[in-house]
Amino acid sequence: MFRPSNGAYRSVAVLALAAAVIVSPTTAAQSAINLYTTREPGLVQPLLDSFSKTTGIKVNSIFLRDGLAERVAAEGQRSPADVLMTVDIAVLIDLVEKGLTQPLSSPVMEGAIPSNLRGAKGEWFALSLRARVFYTQPSLNLTAMTYEQLADPKWAKKLCTRPGQHPYNNALIAHYIARHGEARAEAWLQGLKQALARPAAGGDRDGARDIVGGICDVAIGNSYYVGLMRSGSGGADQKKWGDSVKVILPTFEGGGTHVNISGAAIARHAPNRAAAQRLLEYLVTDEAQRLYAEANFEFPVKTGAAVHPLIKALGPLTVDRTPIAEIARHRITASRLVDKVGLDR
Amino acid sequence: MSLLVTSFGAGLDQWPFLWEYVLPVALRDTAAVLTGVAVITAALGASLAWLVSAYDFPGRRFFEWGLMLPLAMPTYVVAFAYLDLLHPVGPLQSAIRDMAGIADPRDLRLPDVRSMAGCIALLSAVLYPYVYLTTLAMFRMQAGSLYEAARMLDTSRRRLFTRLALPLARPAIAAGTALAVLEALNDVGATEFLGVRTLTVTVYSTWINRSDLPGAAQLSLAMLAVVVAIVGLESWSRRRRRFAGDAKHNTPFARHALRGVRGWTAAALASVPLIIGFGAPAAHLAYQAAIRVDEFGLSPLLLDAATTTLTISAIATGITVAAALVVSYAARLGSLMSQAASLGYAVPGTVLAVGILPIVSFADRSLDQLMQATLGIASPIFLLATTTALLYAYPARFLAVAAGSIDAGFSRVSRSLDDAARTLGDGVWLRLWRLHVPLLRPAVAAGAMLVFVDTIKELPATLLLRPVGVETLATLLYGEAARGTYEDGAMAALLIVICGLGPVVLLARSGRDWIARASDRGGTISATERSG
Repeated sequence: MFRPSNGAYRSVAVLALAAAVIVSPTTAAQSAINLYTTREPGLVQPLLDSFSKTTGIKVNSIFLRDGLAERVAAEGQRSPADVLMTVDIAVLIDLVEKGLTQPLSSPVMEGAIPSNLRGAKGEWFALSLRARVFYTQPSLNLTAMTYEQLADPKWAKKLCTRPGQHPYNNALIAHYIARHGEARAEAWLQGLKQALARPAAGGDRDGARDIVGGICDVAIGNSYYVGLMRSGSGGADQKKWGDSVKVILPTFEGGGTHVNISGAAIARHAPNRAAAQRLLEYLVTDEAQRLYAEANFEFPVKTGAAVHPLIKALGPLTVDRTPIAEIARHRITASRLVDKVGLDR
Repeated sequence: MSLLVTSFGAGLDQWPFLWEYVLPVALRDTAAVLTGVAVITAALGASLAWLVSAYDFPGRRFFEWGLMLPLAMPTYVVAFAYLDLLHPVGPLQSAIRDMAGIADPRDLRLPDVRSMAGCIALLSAVLYPYVYLTTLAMFRMQAGSLYEAARMLDTSRRRLFTRLALPLARPAIAAGTALAVLEALNDVGATEFLGVRTLTVTVYSTWINRSDLPGAAQLSLAMLAVVVAIVGLESWSRRRRRFAGDAKHNTPFARHALRGVRGWTAAALASVPLIIGFGAPAAHLAYQAAIRVDEFGLSPLLLDAATTTLTISAIATGITVAAALVVSYAARLGSLMSQAASLGYAVPGTVLAVGILPIVSFADRSLDQLMQATLGIASPIFLLATTTALLYAYPARFLAVAAGSIDAGFSRVSRSLDDAARTLGDGVWLRLWRLHVPLLRPAVAAGAMLVFVDTIKELPATLLLRPVGVETLATLLYGEAARGTYEDGAMAALLIVICGLGPVVLLARSGRDWIARASDRGGTISATERSG
């Protein structure tokens, strides 16, 4: 925003440049790949460590959130990114549509991941699943619910959720549109707005805490937070919140539960494509799928892989049959509906 | 500039939709937040600055710098901390229920901090130091005139405040309030967490959920226009006044001692914002951090991140302050560059960073072409693979912070001194170096401190522009918050606060020493003596 305009200025710039070089990390070694991820690195680190141990390939990861696509695009052909990883299907598909990924044809990937959970040409792959579930006040003794029922007037001022514009809720609403169309989705969101007990804000765990605090009776949250809370890995307070709510795996009427994915793709200009492929293939091995479940209490994408006992205890998961890429197609409509209905205000 | 280019990347299709469904409420809420924060921070900052400048009371020397402490608190950390503290299952409400003998939290519902009022209160509690600091620096620089006026008029302290000090401090109060308001405007972490949807949140959903970066850029520009209008209106309203007093008398004036109950009342009053903006959230963080360290040990990543944060912040502060001096000086000489250069602060951090990406990318490609043309080698990607991009982003973002403080300082320096220096044959830049820099020391120090602390706390631009393998304390904390375990980030948050404390204390001291030295020289320092 300012322009260097005199000598003193330039010397400052030179100094800064020198300092930048000093502060910058050492350049990547030969057998190393770069992972750009919107997933908190602490959660994938166990997987990456295990991968490095088996293959000798080091993984440098950088955690990004908004702007992953813009960053990779700005780096262009010389981008050091090998693998792009996200925790939301829409973000992943967005990367594909912006031409920032490349197809990967791999029998290993195709054998491990059901066809509805990967791009047709291998432009993207789901690696784990998370269900969008309800945390409920145990004294209500609820056993089963549908997403549609949440708009029922009986829940007026009894619902807690994070913002409707958050990717997790956005995907749920997009899924609703995919199943019922835009008009019914809008009516449903109107119902949700009436149901809100407090502004749609914060995170999923806040919903559990608010149920304990008597602010609401039902909250929308991801399944793995139940494991994170109940396992005690988030501390004693969170364990109490997790233990004090009853979890229901809701379904769509005549369908199954909404799941979102964490997934990955090979970057368009990946300098180490072969090693990148090895990482992806590693992430669908039984070993890695087990770690996914253990590290973050997610559902494995590979059929037959183990689920963490805390998650297994939630009951059997029936994933809704709407193709996940179909859900991502409705995300812009979903975002506009949230604004139109005013869910977040 | 880059934002402007980006904004042309799409039509205006989104506007009817936004206008019908989003803007009415977003504008209303934005106006409410900004007005609330402006009024509270201006009133609180200015009166606290006067309290510690004009009166003596128990603990005054502590409060003088202690009141700056909330600066070290990132707004999102404060929001997290207060939800913990004030939640129905948090310590405060639990204690109240225990005392009242109520078992079920449903039977006692107190107001939720996740509300407009809560948002304004929390933002004001951590943003008032912007006003306090700039105003305090002004009172220090101008102490001589106030002292003289007080002596001549034999007037009461209160009248001195309303009649003389307050009008004189107006540029400083305005500058500080503008910073606080802009910070509130570009805040997205705390505001969104507390359930308040400002225009900035709309910028985000337009960009992220609707993949409409050009649309988001258009919105940002519209926001900028509003900000420019507000800032312009303020300076227009004081266009005819010159605030510079006589530069000769920089004597600290004798503080009026408040004794007994009145003194303790003053101390109590001063401690309220300090506790709300710093004490309570810091204590909560320390407590949470202690639990985590006890349970999980101390991560070695933290030390690395702390070193990185301090190094980058120090360098970035140097660049920013140097740039701000030039920009503010240019403004004094009549250039409009200053207004334009300060706009970065009004743009949400991520949006600014996204705007910077094409610039960095272009520079990087040019560098590569240059290398190929001159040395015949293809260079690897450089700017985004080093911290250079950050060292460009921080000054772009925080120039307004330094410039605001320095501008206010410049307005205190009489133009007759410029004229005098000119007659002595000093050139334009020599005058800046020999005359203004020494005179402006408190203002420069205040600006530098604000920038340094802001840089330590900075999250969105750092997150997007840092190279692979580099973590600052803020990105480390955000990583924890992203997986919903922000308590695990308590240690990182605490380190941000501790790193921010250093400069607060140092600068408070250096400012005081400077005044003390000035008094040692026989009570007055003349401008010519300082510049020579």
